[in-house]
Amino acid sequence: MTTTLSTSRAAGTPPAVPTRVRQSIRERVAPYAYIAPFFLIFAVFGLVPLLFTFYVALFDWNPIGEHVFIGLDNFTRLLDDARFWNAAWNTISIWLWSTVPQLLLALVLAHLLNHARLRFAVFLRMSMLVPYITSVAATAIVFAQMFDRDYGLLNWLLGLVGVEPIDFKQSVWGSHLLIAAMVTWRWFGYTTLLYLASLQAIPRALYEAAAVDGAGSWKQFRHISIPSLRPVIVFTIVTSTIGGLQIFTEPLLISRVSAVTCGPVRQCQTLALFLYEQGFGQFQFGYGAAIGVALFILIIAFATLNYLLSARVRPER
Amino acid sequence: MNKANRVRWWTYLLLGLAVFACLFPLYWMFVVASTDSATATQMPPEIVPGGNFFHLAGLVFETVPFVSSMVNSLIVAGAIGVGHAVLCSLAGFAFAKMSFRGRNTLFLIVVLTMTVPTQLAVIPQYMIISNLNWVDTLQALIVPGLASAFGIFWMRQHIGATISDELLQAARIDGATTWQIFWRIAFPLVRPAAFVLGLLGFVTAWNDFLWPFIVLKSPEMYTAQIAIKALQNSFDIDLGLAMSGSFLATLPLLVLFIFVGRRMVAGIMDGAFKG
Repeated sequence: MTTTLSTSRAAGTPPAVPTRVRQSIRERVAPYAYIAPFFLIFAVFGLVPLLFTFYVALFDWNPIGEHVFIGLDNFTRLLDDARFWNAAWNTISIWLWSTVPQLLLALVLAHLLNHARLRFAVFLRMSMLVPYITSVAATAIVFAQMFDRDYGLLNWLLGLVGVEPIDFKQSVWGSHLLIAAMVTWRWFGYTTLLYLASLQAIPRALYEAAAVDGAGSWKQFRHISIPSLRPVIVFTIVTSTIGGLQIFTEPLLISRVSAVTCGPVRQCQTLALFLYEQGFGQFQFGYGAAIGVALFILIIAFATLNYLLSARVRPER
Repeated sequence: MNKANRVRWWTYLLLGLAVFACLFPLYWMFVVASTDSATATQMPPEIVPGGNFFHLAGLVFETVPFVSSMVNSLIVAGAIGVGHAVLCSLAGFAFAKMSFRGRNTLFLIVVLTMTVPTQLAVIPQYMIISNLNWVDTLQALIVPGLASAFGIFWMRQHIGATISDELLQAARIDGATTWQIFWRIAFPLVRPAAFVLGLLGFVTAWNDFLWPFIVLKSPEMYTAQIAIKALQNSFDIDLGLAMSGSFLATLPLLVLFIFVGRRMVAGIMDGAFKG
């Protein structure tokens, strides 16, 4: 086993320049020591808790009382629980509302930003990253105010054109839209930058040739930009699935009363909030863990499905 | 000049709208944070800032221990930022430039962990923190976030692309130990990438909500985000107060962003997929 600095990228290749024949043990364990912190942290705070979730889900587990093994009872109970299905639908609905517009918006903006002769490019890019550095907590408070039924800016604007005030927080669709607006706002700029980076790797000559041939902006977008962006689009769809289905803070913070249920009729309670309510509100760790397992399965299933779909669907040429 | 190559006016219009959408909520946050509560609930709304900001800001500091919250946030986010820059550089260096048994397999594991949604295992995570007697402490927030798979992946890419093997060989021949090669030669060369990675870690940690919300109990341990939540709870009607707190908690990042935003944008684009 050698632990010298490698001269080639292939693992285990002997170094081109012979170094000392025998290396100290210290030198030999060095690479493992360098990567150990991550593996240790991931094991203790990531992997073990994840596996333990599957274990705890099989118990009636009260943090200060008894731990009684009940097999799959938590799961059968979960499937019969209307609150679970409500939370599942809310989660999927909010995720769709926040992902689809966000990615479409990012596609268009990245295309516009990719113009070679665009002025103020640095300012434009930096502005779009401002929402990303704004915390979810601050975003939730300002959006809840802007979407308020009685004093909100949006309803005031709608009122100017004769639309009756919409109660975004209390209605199912309204609260989903409100949360989706927050998520979209925070992330579309970041996604735009990812797309823009990919677009800039496309040779300019391709666009110029298309322009000479008379292809307008829309045609260039459809036939050059979109096909080249496929890998990064797949990547953002999968990561937004993993992140979006775990949404927690936005619904918690928009409703000031009955926050854990996100309103009297649980109109925007997501699975992550339901997990928190059962685990830390009701101290039913077993039942909460079962919700965690269900959420895990949902995320894996959706991420895989999205990956397969988005990797498969080819844009028309 | 080729006509088709000119930037059309509507390009600027659409981008201008996007910039407006990005910046307006922050402007609005300041507007509500600087008017008194009566004006905050009037129709039509006041759309220019008032003169009440310092009064409300003062109230924020009286209502919640905001100074200690900001200090706590700074400690947590700072530690995680530095941890990311150093630990991920070390691991990235090992994966990019050292050969050892199991390297490729271990790297594959690192990449795979990026797709595992561990956040939903909060109940056992809390049990572990509880067993370590770390509930209501800052290390409960710091230690789990010190390194990330994304950071290792990021640093490996940068080290692989920036540092030539010949340079490291030369140092080796001169008798440098692996640690010296890393710390004196490799790390200084990739410091810009490590800096951006540290910034991303800082921003993420500063804005984290769920985990501090679960782990922290006493007001003096609050981070800025939890203090905002507490403001919102204690004054259900006084929106201006909650907005002031939100604005104050966002301000440090905005100031930081004005100075390093350009590098952050370049860093994010640098780390993205190319082609």
